[in-house]
Amino acid sequence: MNDITSQITGFLSMALRRQVEPDDDYFAQGLADSLFALELVTFVESRFALTVEVEDLDLDSFRTANRVTEFVRRKIAAPEWGEAHAEGS
Amino acid sequence: MPRAPESGPAAVTTDLSPTEPVDLCRVAADLAADAHDRAARWDQDGGLPDSVRREVAASGLLAADLPERYGGAGLDPLTLGEITARIGGECSALRGLLTVQGMVAAALLRWGTEAQRADWLPRLAGGELTAGFAATEQGAGSALGSVETRIEASGRSDHQELVVSGHKRWVTFGAVADVFMVLGKYEGKPAAVLVDADRAGVDREPVNGQLGMRGARIAHLSFGGVRVPRGQLVAPPGLGLSHVAGTALDHGRFTVAWGCVGMAEACVEDAASHAAVRRQGDITLGDNQLVRSLLARAAVDAAGARQLARRAAEVRAAGPGHGVSETLMAKYAAASAAAEGSRAAVQVLGSAGCAPDSRAGRHFRDAKVMEIIEGAQQVSELHIAERLLRRFGDAARGADRTAGPRLPGESP
Repeated sequence: MNDITSQITGFLSMALRRQVEPDDDYFAQGLADSLFALELVTFVESRFALTVEVEDLDLDSFRTANRVTEFVRRKIAAPEWGEAHAEGS
Repeated sequence: MPRAPESGPAAVTTDLSPTEPVDLCRVAADLAADAHDRAARWDQDGGLPDSVRREVAASGLLAADLPERYGGAGLDPLTLGEITARIGGECSALRGLLTVQGMVAAALLRWGTEAQRADWLPRLAGGELTAGFAATEQGAGSALGSVETRIEASGRSDHQELVVSGHKRWVTFGAVADVFMVLGKYEGKPAAVLVDADRAGVDREPVNGQLGMRGARIAHLSFGGVRVPRGQLVAPPGLGLSHVAGTALDHGRFTVAWGCVGMAEACVEDAASHAAVRRQGDITLGDNQLVRSLLARAAVDAAGARQLARRAAEVRAAGPGHGVSETLMAKYAAASAAAEGSRAAVQVLGSAGCAPDSRAGRHFRDAKVMEIIEGAQQVSELHIAERLLRRFGDAARGADRTAGPRLPGESP
């Protein structure tokens, strides 16, 4: 498991209180409570220093740890997040 | 009022740079002073007048934490909190106006497109529009996932319109709001949409005589096939509850928490002022040990709630999405402090606390509502305990890591 994915599964396993594998669909499994989605977004933003914007908001991107990893890689490759982060705060 | 000097209003003005926020603190203090004299009448008499609402709108206090480029004052969470406590200590209905505008603005700031932010936020910050948050339904209170309001693509106009149909209840300032953020379902998925109040098919039924928040122009709403441009959908369907409403409710819990801090402190002030001078027989009320017990407990609850609200504000300063757990705990503690403190204050005040113009009596009714809105106390307890189980569960089960990673913003 690569480093990004393992950080994400680490967070997910802690937040959902069970071992979460890279391809587990935790939303479909009904593990998420009403605060979890926001916590996940905030975790990804803080840990990987990026901003999740509404244009990125696609539930599929956050459905599994592997999907989140792909999303993070895409965002890190795109340089425009710096300005966006400043405006969000 | 039994407050530590560093948390008093005087410290607020000195802690800040001498720019906009200081002025808004003064504006809020003036508004609170005005509400002190008039809130009882608003409570008894049909609610916060439109003229006062317009005055608040013009003052710059609405959604004042929005960035300046969207017309806000860029208030930091702590200053926003102090302002909210000041106003909430006098009038929960007025505080509710700040809360709802802040909720809708926060959700749009976070999850609106750039076009939506540019279109709506300056009008919310400038007070041109009063916002309502329409989530609760007859069959959906704490469990908002059960909402039945439908948001559907219109067959007409090449699907560029949406049709909104459903019934919403207990919408704060729903009787007068210009735009509603409506939570519904789009093809079965939770979705949020902005609905202008003047569109055909929007009906309002003002609510009167409810337990508390009587001044808050509460209404039940009907949306009978209301057509809105598709561009008023906020975030893609599927994310309307977890992200859009979630962000709004988180912001609402923050200002409700601070409003409750103000209520709890006001109740301590009223009860102690009365106990110090009111004589029964040969002694003042304050000479009775049992009265002192009531005062002491209320004061400690209020002070504890303030510290939790401050902690939430500090964590939230890191930016959107931070401090959700801290805010939840602060709201839980502050609602309880306001409810218990107002109960004690009415008891100490006796008949004066039961009088129609009693601030403590009004806070007593309003505080009960605070234990229900933006997450009932018992729902908050579930979340608070859930986070404890996360944090300590692994270690207790003998897992490798003794201390798991913390949630974003979680305090040690």
